[in-house]
Amino acid sequence: MACALRIRPPNAAAFPSRLLPAAPARIMAFMVMGSIEKIGLDTKHLLAAFGDFWRFFGRIFLWMGSGWMKWRNIRTIFPQMYEIGVRSVPVVSVTGAFIGMVMAVEMYAQFKAVGQAERLGTVIDVSVCKQIGPILTAVMLAGRIGGALAAELGTMNVTEQLDALRVMGADPVRVLVVPRFLACVLLTPILTIYSDILGILGGWFIAVNSLGIPNQPYWHFAQLGVGRWAIMEGVIKSIFFGASIGAVSCYKGFTCGSGASGVGRACTDSFVATFISIIIMNFFFAQLGHDWYQTIYGFRGIFGG
Amino acid sequence: MSLIELRNVSKAFGRLQVLRDLSLSIERGQSIVVIGASGSGKSVLLKHIVGLLKPDKGEVYFDGARIDSLPERSLQSVRRRFGFLFQMGALFDSITVAENIGFPLVELTAKHPEEIRSIVAAKLRMVGLPGIEGKMPAELSGGQRKRVALARAIAMNPEVILYDEPTTGLDPIRADVINQLIVKLKVELDATSVTVTHDMHSAFKIGDRIVMLHEGRPIIDGPPDVIRASADPVVKRFISGEAGAADIAGD
Repeated sequence: MACALRIRPPNAAAFPSRLLPAAPARIMAFMVMGSIEKIGLDTKHLLAAFGDFWRFFGRIFLWMGSGWMKWRNIRTIFPQMYEIGVRSVPVVSVTGAFIGMVMAVEMYAQFKAVGQAERLGTVIDVSVCKQIGPILTAVMLAGRIGGALAAELGTMNVTEQLDALRVMGADPVRVLVVPRFLACVLLTPILTIYSDILGILGGWFIAVNSLGIPNQPYWHFAQLGVGRWAIMEGVIKSIFFGASIGAVSCYKGFTCGSGASGVGRACTDSFVATFISIIIMNFFFAQLGHDWYQTIYGFRGIFGG
Repeated sequence: MSLIELRNVSKAFGRLQVLRDLSLSIERGQSIVVIGASGSGKSVLLKHIVGLLKPDKGEVYFDGARIDSLPERSLQSVRRRFGFLFQMGALFDSITVAENIGFPLVELTAKHPEEIRSIVAAKLRMVGLPGIEGKMPAELSGGQRKRVALARAIAMNPEVILYDEPTTGLDPIRADVINQLIVKLKVELDATSVTVTHDMHSAFKIGDRIVMLHEGRPIIDGPPDVIRASADPVVKRFISGEAGAADIAGD
């Protein structure tokens, strides 16, 4: 406030002249210092949260490795598997099937123009198995399951249910997080395979029934392009996507702020953080998969090159 | 030797200093009530006793052993000796009343399901709610939720029961039911109890020792008669429930 008053005093002559030229510079210095301080604090909080997340992640594995695998614990996974797996089937079905159909519609004209319409299935199926199936399934689950997990655990947090567990001598990570995390890790690849199948069938349905590509050559070229490598690449990365959905969502629920706004914020943050982690992980998996494939098999073109 | 002891405990949340060099000893078998204005650090004190919060400074002892420096896993065995009634009950929404009360028994003991069922029924009888095992927490009234939470808190026959605002949000009759239950459980379970409240009727009814917190430290500590007879203006105003000019001005 004192600095602000010095910028334009009502009667400049009444102030020592040495203050006048220096005041704007002081304000500027104050603002710059404030910005630097804010950046520093934000960075500190970000790093602290990052470290805290990895500690949380470590605790999940610590519990899994220390006597968690008993029937009384294992049975708690099944309700989570129902919630995460069975109840996600409709949304995964719709997105999986329609993305295959859309790809057929979008790419047909280009393939027909170069006389390769029969090879449409190769590109659709490779894209679905390696990229679109795993990514789309993971993103749908991050939205549907991630938000629900963050909201459920966040509500338990703000209503002191997590503290109640701690007071009873039961670690909330063991009781609540491990079953949810394992259900996500186990079911994301299964839902990914399911989404892949529907994407392939969706593409085939449009290509053969609507665009007039003969059935036999469509499947012949499709199976040439989609080998075990493409399928496994998608499935393996979906395991990591599932781990990310489970761990990040549960962490956001455990650390959510107070009240309804805190829970809402945790849901949003959970989706954003999971989505970003999926996209970044996918890049590294694509790069790694490509490099390993080239090293083992060399270049194999989908047009027979 | 005191069962619970806090030595020079200080705790701050950001810039807000909640506890300041607080020292308190609680003997085995006592029923101590901690009173104080909202935000005076009563619930924070309770959470320090059970290790849910760690002090910034100072030490917390339980049964002669220091617990504030214990890691989470080691604290679990200490916490099993406590029962904690949370302000809003903190019942698990997704499971039934019976599963809520039986939860610590299923998680922490190797008891047979039949035995757990009979313990759950016995605890529900103790809190005056027999036969509601199959209900969900959402189907219960506020008073019933508190009593079910109380049944869960005593499921393991704890040595110490901590009550966080046990009568908040209840009508006077329901509040008195909870007060009477707390007195009854103390006798039946022979447990040490620490109750945090700002309900003076409740404090005088259940406490054989009352401590008042003000600005993060005790300003008076003694049996109910001593508190009633206190000449300290802060204590007198709190007991009579009269707001001063500073309270009205929001200070």
